[in-house]
This record gives sequence, structure tokens and C-alpha cells, in this order.
Amino acid sequence: MKEYGFGEAIDLAVTEAMRRDDRIVVFGEDVPMVRRELLVRFGPERVRGTPISESAFLGAGVGAAMAGLRPIVEIMLVDFVAVALSGLLNEAAKIEDFSGGSWPVPLVVRATCGGGYGDGGQHEQALWGLLAGIPGLTVVVPSTPADGAGLMMSALADDGPVVFLEHKLLSARWLEWMAGSRRDTVTFDIPLAGAAGEVPDPPVAVPIGRAVVRREGRHLVMFSVAVGVHRCLEAAEELEQRGIEATVVDLRTVRPLDRHAIVDAAGATKRVLVVDEDYAGFGLSGEIAAVVAESGLAARFGRVAVEGTIPYARHLEREALPNVDRIVAAAVDLIG
Amino acid sequence: MGPGKTPLADLYYQMTRMRLFEEAVGDLWWRGLISGEMHLGIGEEGIIAGVLAHLEDGDAVALDHRPTAALLGRGTDPKGLLLEMLGHEQGSGHGRGGHMHLFDRDRLVASSGIVGSSAPLACGFALAGLRLRPGRVTVAFFGESAINQGMLMEALNLAVVWKLPVLFVCKDNGWAISTRSDEMTGGTPGRRADAFGMPAWRVDGSSVGEVWAVAGKAVSRARRGRGPGFLWATCQRPRGHFEDDPLLRFIEDPREAGGEIPRLARGSMDRSAGGLRARGAGARRVMGTLARAVATRFGPRRDPLRKAAKDLDEAELAALEAAARGEVEAAVSEALAIAGVAP
Repeated sequence: MKEYGFGEAIDLAVTEAMRRDDRIVVFGEDVPMVRRELLVRFGPERVRGTPISESAFLGAGVGAAMAGLRPIVEIMLVDFVAVALSGLLNEAAKIEDFSGGSWPVPLVVRATCGGGYGDGGQHEQALWGLLAGIPGLTVVVPSTPADGAGLMMSALADDGPVVFLEHKLLSARWLEWMAGSRRDTVTFDIPLAGAAGEVPDPPVAVPIGRAVVRREGRHLVMFSVAVGVHRCLEAAEELEQRGIEATVVDLRTVRPLDRHAIVDAAGATKRVLVVDEDYAGFGLSGEIAAVVAESGLAARFGRVAVEGTIPYARHLEREALPNVDRIVAAAVDLIG
Repeated sequence: MGPGKTPLADLYYQMTRMRLFEEAVGDLWWRGLISGEMHLGIGEEGIIAGVLAHLEDGDAVALDHRPTAALLGRGTDPKGLLLEMLGHEQGSGHGRGGHMHLFDRDRLVASSGIVGSSAPLACGFALAGLRLRPGRVTVAFFGESAINQGMLMEALNLAVVWKLPVLFVCKDNGWAISTRSDEMTGGTPGRRADAFGMPAWRVDGSSVGEVWAVAGKAVSRARRGRGPGFLWATCQRPRGHFEDDPLLRFIEDPREAGGEIPRLARGSMDRSAGGLRARGAGARRVMGTLARAVATRFGPRRDPLRKAAKDLDEAELAALEAAARGEVEAAVSEALAIAGVAP
């Protein structure tokens, strides 16, 4: 199998899906240059640039999906979805339901997310919790190139609206844009297993809503997505030195959550730690606590998440985002 | 008033401060001391200085993701701005905001990294001004592509119907990152403003004197309670959208193109993808964008500083430059000393 970068793997899936399905079109800001490899393959009818008009072109994506196309709408940063939220919250998410199930909206919104490169609190948010709070939306957040490609294949085959989030720390092209990563004077804590890896060509679909166990241990379970999964795996190595064995579950999809996987893993260890790069309140970590509680399990629970606005300064940002030290400390607390 | 003998000399001094300061910021970014994206306003100084020269205490300014020069122009402490960008506790936002999120509450200056957001913010500043600071005005700065953002269009209308004292200043360099703005914009910025029923003026942003003269009329009109106005100023930003701009790199660095062109050529010959016509059109689109980038990048340089310098005598220029350099160098070395960084 050939090795691909995270973003390349997703592009590979988009290319393959576009070969198979003429209805797939791609549009968004700077798409003609950012996706020039798609533009030269499929032409400007299917690969389009847009003005800086997120509410218009995301809304147009909803309409195009309703009327027979399968659009991928690219929002450069998930933070900018805020400008166009109505298209997702009030349109894409609700139309299938309003129409009594007769009119699906097969739309993919592809956006970058996440921090760890010092761009400040308006460009580094995760926001998967906010979006996953909306019934009718699917939210996927891959952590490896193979999952990136595989989940994109599934997203494009799905008949409902899917938000596909691509973490910038894993995606070399976006890191180059947003972090000036070509400078040899800056460094980033990039999880190598997430940034590059083997991907089958053509990519194999990874089912939406299915978590995967990345590591097994008997003392506690850590749940996470995207970069957080890699931080958990690193923390698990450290915990092992201290005699603590951790299971790490990569949720891969935030909505719908894989409730079975969560309850199984929580039941096996009775100690649950959620590591979430999104906001701590009213989001993924609280939802997992609810899933565990609703199952009737009595488990100890902790979370390492983002408490407030992500600060710009690198040293403050490092503390604000889930890091290995915080994860290890929280795990030790749970065990103690 | 600045240290110059004439308004043009003062404007030149302001522009020079902005230029030197932003060049220093760019150097620190390349040294890896500033993180994230870095959007410099080099090339926009004629617009910024020409407009800000008409503002008084109590006037407000709403800025975009390219805020540094305007903050400097309003008198914000350069050391605090630098320390902020260095992520230091003594920065203007204690290191929590960063270069796209700079604020000066005392001077009513705020910035944002969300394209278009300066316009609604300016409406609010102006509304507060009407009630709390009569006779004060607000200026909103934004790029030409922000006029395709719904909230900006809505704000233009709001300013008209509420008759707000706002001057909307559109800095038009023709590009939105790697997209030619005219290919993504119906009509023109000026005609849009006109359609909302506010006066619009088009000026050459590389001529600070022209900006200054027209902005003077526009600001005083707003100050007299005659409602909002729209200044459409063209400019050229030689450093592109942000530092290490991939589009500029592509057209300037043969190694970049050398690696890329064969890959794109292979892509355009991929018969399992689109039809021949689609692939040809795709390749032409990519090449067309690059050609336009080359043309505007290497086209006539429209540097507002050089242009203004032609109308000033050499002795005065040297004195103004020395004064600006002294101020900027002092701020930089003080900030670096506080941050514990080698000069």
C-alpha cells in the first residue's frame, strides 16, 4: 500500500468518488488553487471557486443537493461556518425531516479545524460539539489518512448532510497556509501516525458512526477524536511506565456517536476519560458522560478539554489544548 | 500634527512608521518568534494614513485581519502590539489575542479575523457615538472581497437607514488570497455603495495625497450628520495575502513551479477523470490565475511611500525617515528586551 499525507488521502477519496459519480461537484473559497489537482482533472464546471460569501454558497450547496447534485462545500476553517450557520442548522439538517423523509440532502461540508500552531481563538476552534448538537447532521472527525479517505468515501455515499472536519495539524497543506510551516524557525507537535500513513487505492469506505479501539488496557478508557487520539496514545505509553494500562478509543464520528463502543469500553474499565479539543461545556465530553450514565453503568469520569477561548501565545495555547501532561495527570487522578 | 512641515510630510512620516514597523513584524515572523498567519498591510499605507489623518479623539475604527498599520496610525503603543504578537504577558492583549485580534479600548479600535465583520461593528460604534459622543465618526476598513460577505452588505444598508456617521473604506488590491476578486464580484464596490444610496468615491490608494483630500470631505460629511459614505481605494500589496504566500512563491520560485507543473500536467491527462474539454478548461483556469498573478505582481509598482517621496525635498525626507526609524527601532528593541529575545 502506498503512503499518503492526511489531506492527500482525503483528496484521493474525493478524486475516486468524482470519477465514479458525475453528480459530485466541489466549491468553496480558493478551491481552484487549493484543489487545482481536482480542477485539472474534472474541469471548472465541477470544481468551482466562490466569493467570500459563506452563507450564500453553503446555502447553495443545500439547494444543489436537494435538486440532484452531491456537492462538497468547502469552508476553509470551521470557525467560518458561524457566518453560514443557518444553512446547516435551519436548512440542511431539517429538510429531510420536514419533508416526511421524502427529500434528502446529500451534502458534504468539508472544513479544517483545530489548533496547535498559534493562530488564535478565531481560527483554531474544533466546534464539532456545536455542530453535532444539531439533529439531522452527521459529523465525522478522522485521525488518520486511511480513515480520512475512508470516511470521505462514506460521506459522499451518504444521503444526508455530513460535516467532514480535517484537523490542520495533520494536514500539511493547511499547516503551510495557516502556520507558515515552511519556516525552519517554527516547530509543531504533529502526530506522525496521523499526518501520514498507508491508504488503499482506491480507498476503502470506513462506516460512519463506528468507533475503533486503537489500544487496549484494563485500568481506564480514553475517548477522543482527531489529534486528541494521538495525544491519548502518547499518554498511554507514559501511563504504562507507571503501571497504568489504558484503552484508547478513536470515536471517528461525533454524530452519530458509537454508543455501543462507548458503553462496552466504559463497562470493561469503569473509568472513563474524555480527551476533547473542543470546548469542555455542553459538548462531546458531557455527551459521553450521559451515554455512560444512561446505560446504567457506574463509572468514574474525567475530561481533558478546552475551558475557554483558545489563547494565541504558543505556551498558553499548549496548556489550553489537551496535552499529554494534562491527560496523564487526569488519568492518574481517575485511578487514584 | 506630526513632525512634518506640510500635511504631505506628516502623511509620509505616518506611512514610514507603518512600513518600518510592519517590516520589523515580518522579520520577527520569519524568525519564528510570531506564530500563525501574518497579514501585513505593506502597500496599504496610503489608504490607512490618508484616512486616519482626519480622525480625532473619540472617533472609532473597526479593522480586519490586517490591523497593524491602522492601530499604529491611531497612536496605539507599538511596544504593546509587538509584545502581543510575540505572545507575551505584557502584550496589548496579554498574549491572548494575537495579530488578527488586536484591540485598543482607549482609542476605540478593534480588529477581527472574520472577513466582513468590521462593517457591522462600525455601525455599532457609530450608533454608540451618536448617543454618547455626538460629532464623532467611525471608520471601517476591509478588503474588496469582503463586499461579497452578506454581513457587510447588510451593514451598508443599516448605516444608510439609520443615517450612521460611518466611513466605509474598501482597500482593493484585486486579490482574495489566490482568487482574482473581479472574477468573483458582480458589479463594483462603488456601484454597490451607490445602490444603497450612499455616496462613493474612488481613489488611487497609492496616492496618499489623493486619499487624504477625498477622505477629508467624506469624514467631515459624516461628522456633520449627513450619513455614511464609501471610499473605494485601490492598492497593490507586494507581499500578497500573507507572509510566505503560496501563490507568490509559485510564480517567484522556479523550484515550486518545477515540482508542480508536471503533477498538474499528469492530472490533466487523467482520462479516467473528466472529459478532454473539462480537463483542458481546468488547466487553462490554473494557468490563467498564475498569469494574472505574474502580471499584477511584476506590473507597475504602486508604492505609496515612493510616490509621496517624489513630492518632498530630500533633507526633509531624511529627517522624517530618521524620526520614524528611531521610534520603530526603539519600540522593537524595548519589546525584544522585555520578551528576552536577542535583537
